[in-house]
Amino acid sequence: MDLVLLFFIFVLSAFLGLELISKVPSQLHTPLMSGSNAISGITIVGALLATGAEAEGSLAMVLGFTALVLATINVVGGYVVTDRMLQMFKKKEK
Amino acid sequence: MDTIGLINFAYVISAVFFVYGIKMLGTADTARRGNRISGIGMLIAVVVTLLDRGMLSYTWIIVGLCVGGFVGGLAAKKVEMTSMPELVALFNGFGGLSSLLVAWAEFEKARGLGWSSYSESMGVSWVFSGGVIYVAMLIGAVTFTGSLYAYGKLSGKVPGAAWIFSGQRAINLLVVVAIVSLGVFFGLSENEDTSNVLFLAGIALSLIFGFMAVMPIGGGDMPVVISLLNSFSGLAASAAGFVIGNNVLIVAGCLVGASGLILTVIMCKAMNRSLSNVLFSGFGSTGQSEGGGDDAEPKAIGVDDAFYVLEAARSVVFVPGYGMAVAQAQHVVKELAELLESNGAEVNFAIHPVAGRMPGHMNVLLAEADVPYEQLQEMEAVNPAMSTVDVAIVIGANDVVNPAALSDESSPIYGMPIIEAHVAKSVFVLKRGQGRGFSGLVNKLFVMENTRMIYGDAKATLSQLVNELKGS
Repeated sequence: MDLVLLFFIFVLSAFLGLELISKVPSQLHTPLMSGSNAISGITIVGALLATGAEAEGSLAMVLGFTALVLATINVVGGYVVTDRMLQMFKKKEK
Repeated sequence: MDTIGLINFAYVISAVFFVYGIKMLGTADTARRGNRISGIGMLIAVVVTLLDRGMLSYTWIIVGLCVGGFVGGLAAKKVEMTSMPELVALFNGFGGLSSLLVAWAEFEKARGLGWSSYSESMGVSWVFSGGVIYVAMLIGAVTFTGSLYAYGKLSGKVPGAAWIFSGQRAINLLVVVAIVSLGVFFGLSENEDTSNVLFLAGIALSLIFGFMAVMPIGGGDMPVVISLLNSFSGLAASAAGFVIGNNVLIVAGCLVGASGLILTVIMCKAMNRSLSNVLFSGFGSTGQSEGGGDDAEPKAIGVDDAFYVLEAARSVVFVPGYGMAVAQAQHVVKELAELLESNGAEVNFAIHPVAGRMPGHMNVLLAEADVPYEQLQEMEAVNPAMSTVDVAIVIGANDVVNPAALSDESSPIYGMPIIEAHVAKSVFVLKRGQGRGFSGLVNKLFVMENTRMIYGDAKATLSQLVNELKGS
């Protein structure tokens, strides 16, 4: 894996992120936070690899499994709760 | 294309979904769709990861996904809207801990293989791998204990006030120095066992540091802390991406880091304070202010008298604060607002950006109670017309309506933009008791000529007003 390339991606994503959401209306602050919180559960990918690809019963696999449970809570909970909130915002636009 | 190429291509698609999703989350009309799109991105990322040819067994993966999905889904469905800040803090902490564990698992893998063969398999030197493993662990650990402590403060399980003791900063500095030194030794260590000891010590100290960092921050500054921890949870995922050399983690984590940072800056601006002031000053700890010798007494008013004023009012503005969330009064507020409207008054809600305990807290609660979106007004929109308002009803808000922020240069909150409820023709302040606000300041609004206090539980008071209006 090319080191410089990883940093390149990191820096560009940072600028992209800052540009994407520089202006957020305040009623969306909470959903934005919980929705982006769900995205930060992307670490689930690392957890999946550690759980599935390490020898069963090894410490690495146990750590990976624990990470998997926590990341899944973060992802599923985050998306569901954000959707619930946004649904409340939605229904008055009728 | 081979499997690895295919997987990486799918990760690119998933990253595009995240970018679109987060962009759409920033606009009211598209927010819900945006959240779903980013959810699809997540699903793609998870599914293609399962195709990785390194996978030995799926048993535990399925168990983990089911357990986590069930717990997370249940918590998200069951939570009361008033408890939203705690839940977000908790999820945040789980994400952080997960990133820590991913870094730890990778370290274990490297330790099993030995540095040289691990470096060969990753194509980078151990100093780099060790460094990013340590950084991912550190950010994940701080996010975890910091969020957990914030959760405790928000849910009232631990005292919410800032906790200051002498030498606190010196101790924190020492801990930081220790964490950094351990990290340097860890990265340079040749011996696997020494490294293990250093790593475990690093975890312990980082966990302690997350806790220490949130300690001197009081309840009213929680919107800033939550946003910052949100940013950290993204950075932790991004660092974990460096650890396992995975682009989608780097991109998605970094987007979250950026969005959290933006929210943090917005929150700080709304209080006219710098981030370092919020993090380190111990604002709102006891004994910070004596209030400046006000001899005027707040004038109380009964519900009956308040009712006559409200009945005659042609325009009413509600100013909700954390007290409305505590009293769970959002539904009865909405009921009162409707009755006042049918009585011919113009009703609006003035929302301060840092009212409540997380960014947008009041908006979520009032949306839950079905308050029409157009009635929720931001501070800048409300203030110019405030002098034409007949009655401003302050519900459990304090510092965000304190006129000292405008006029009293000696006040710690001087310069903070406020909702100028004090210029309304009359002001009702619904307050549980005579205590002070989060900042510990005496609120000059409460002793002004046009202000009347209505003491008692906000929900009960509002229900009485609703009943009287119904009866009229």
